[in-house]
Amino acid sequence: MKRTPLQSLGFYALVAIIVLQAVFPFFYAILTSLEDGQALFEVNYLPTSLNLANYRSMLTEGVFGRQILNSVFVATVVVILSLALAVTAAYALSRIRFRGRGLLLLTVLSVSMFPQIAVLSGLFEVIRTFGLFNSLWSLVFSYMIFTLPFTVWVLTTFMRNLPVEIEEAAIMDGASSITIIRRVFLPLMWPAMVTTGLLAFIHAWNEFLFALTFLSTDSQRTVPVAIALISGRSEFEIPWGNIMAASVIVTLPLVALVLVFQRKIVSGLTAGAVKG
Amino acid sequence: MPETSRKSRLSRNRTRSAWLFLAPMLVTLFIVAAWPLGRTIWFSFTDASLDLMADAKWVGIRNYLEYVDWGDGEGQYYGLLADARWWRSVWNTVRFAVISVAFETLFGLVIALVLNQQFRGRGLVRAAVLVPWAIPTIVSAKMWAWMMHDQFGILNDMFLRLGLISHPVAWTASPDTAMIAVLIVDIWKTTPFMALLILAGLQMVPQDIYEAARLDGVPAWRTFRKVTLPLIMPAILVAIVFRALDALRIFDIAYVLTPNTDATRTMSVYARENLFDYDQFAYGSAASTLLFLVIALITITFILATRMDLEGRNT
Repeated sequence: MKRTPLQSLGFYALVAIIVLQAVFPFFYAILTSLEDGQALFEVNYLPTSLNLANYRSMLTEGVFGRQILNSVFVATVVVILSLALAVTAAYALSRIRFRGRGLLLLTVLSVSMFPQIAVLSGLFEVIRTFGLFNSLWSLVFSYMIFTLPFTVWVLTTFMRNLPVEIEEAAIMDGASSITIIRRVFLPLMWPAMVTTGLLAFIHAWNEFLFALTFLSTDSQRTVPVAIALISGRSEFEIPWGNIMAASVIVTLPLVALVLVFQRKIVSGLTAGAVKG
Repeated sequence: MPETSRKSRLSRNRTRSAWLFLAPMLVTLFIVAAWPLGRTIWFSFTDASLDLMADAKWVGIRNYLEYVDWGDGEGQYYGLLADARWWRSVWNTVRFAVISVAFETLFGLVIALVLNQQFRGRGLVRAAVLVPWAIPTIVSAKMWAWMMHDQFGILNDMFLRLGLISHPVAWTASPDTAMIAVLIVDIWKTTPFMALLILAGLQMVPQDIYEAARLDGVPAWRTFRKVTLPLIMPAILVAIVFRALDALRIFDIAYVLTPNTDATRTMSVYARENLFDYDQFAYGSAASTLLFLVIALITITFILATRMDLEGRNT
């Protein structure tokens, strides 16, 4: 569509506002994280200093380094486990006809609607019974409640759309189902697995309520809770510089992932919702 | 015929392996979802406490509602349904859900329409729009808490310069603005998601419709209202339901940005406070159960109303 110069100007002004509001808060967090001492308490719109003191103190003092490793561990294991469980389940749900299939898929999907708070007290009991309280495995285990339904759903939709012919030959050759999954489907599935894996990773990395409830010592905590609990001795001594440095450290990998895998993430997000 | 018997044996084998493949996933979901949900509902009818869960005894609906007669003809209602703080948190949650989803839909629609245009640098703009979505909720809350700081915050500085306010506002601390603060952070963070869902709907609208409208000289606004909007309405409605279910569960932003205030205590925050801070485990479980019921009701209505295509017949 052709635009008049005035319309063009208005359009690009709108684009500028959209970009600015989206990016500015994170930009300002980076800017704050590079300021120290008194400089922190003067409002700046553009960077004035490049002081890494906040980063140094976050990474060398205390347990923040350990907490980052906790988050990496939890998110990675969650991704591996939910993909492993979901690929086999998705194969059954998409390629094999059996009674109750629709109802089963509906049940799995409805779990993703569960409010986390509704299972919190029951889950707390389960985790205590298994002796997992204050263990990172409590999170790996409980995060399945939101990664599994989503992963199963997206992978099932993806597998269903693959042509029947690709497995017919293998079935006729008498290949077992597990061989069919490994040899025929896995090589075709990786785009969908990258997408769902990424989303599961981001979700696990960001989760707060379970991490706040099931872990009780500082060295076990994951980063969102760690950041939420950074505080000063009084309201006037909250170390904003440190909080912003920690926030930037935790967020940069995610922003990088999003920029690199933009297309995959967008298709995954919309597959989870729109295709329903 | 040998051919059919071979086929039926094959299909029986496949059905058996289907359940074998589903078992690990189903068992996991049972332990992390179905069983805990059942226990939560059970706890809500008992006198369970954090330390004495196993010995919990059935007490009927006392956690929900109980009339205590004082013996002189007067009495009082106790329980969740008679708790003003609970109803306040219900009101907070509903108000939050309605306002946030409304703004997110509006802004999401605008952003989606912009991203649906051809222009140079579109990929970059789309990437930029995704940034708030990628930032962990807790980090967003902390970033905005700093920007909304009453003395050193950039938001007050900006608004003062623009003449929008005459004196600094304590965004997160004052009861009048605490909810607005929570809304700002949530809308900022979740609009990208809404925009993406609406954009996916927009991209399914065939381009030749616009071509035809343009040739007929229909004004752009009319094309949007009469053609585009009705066509993307289903996508928008799905996005609204998804977001509304999510908004009703809100916990993180309210808990971190504005701790301990009646003005932003949501149903989830209320439930967790009772479960783990006030040692009212059974009472908190009752609150969790009610929240679950509300969300389940909306979900079921939605699934029935849209008759979701679960067998994949149309794909």
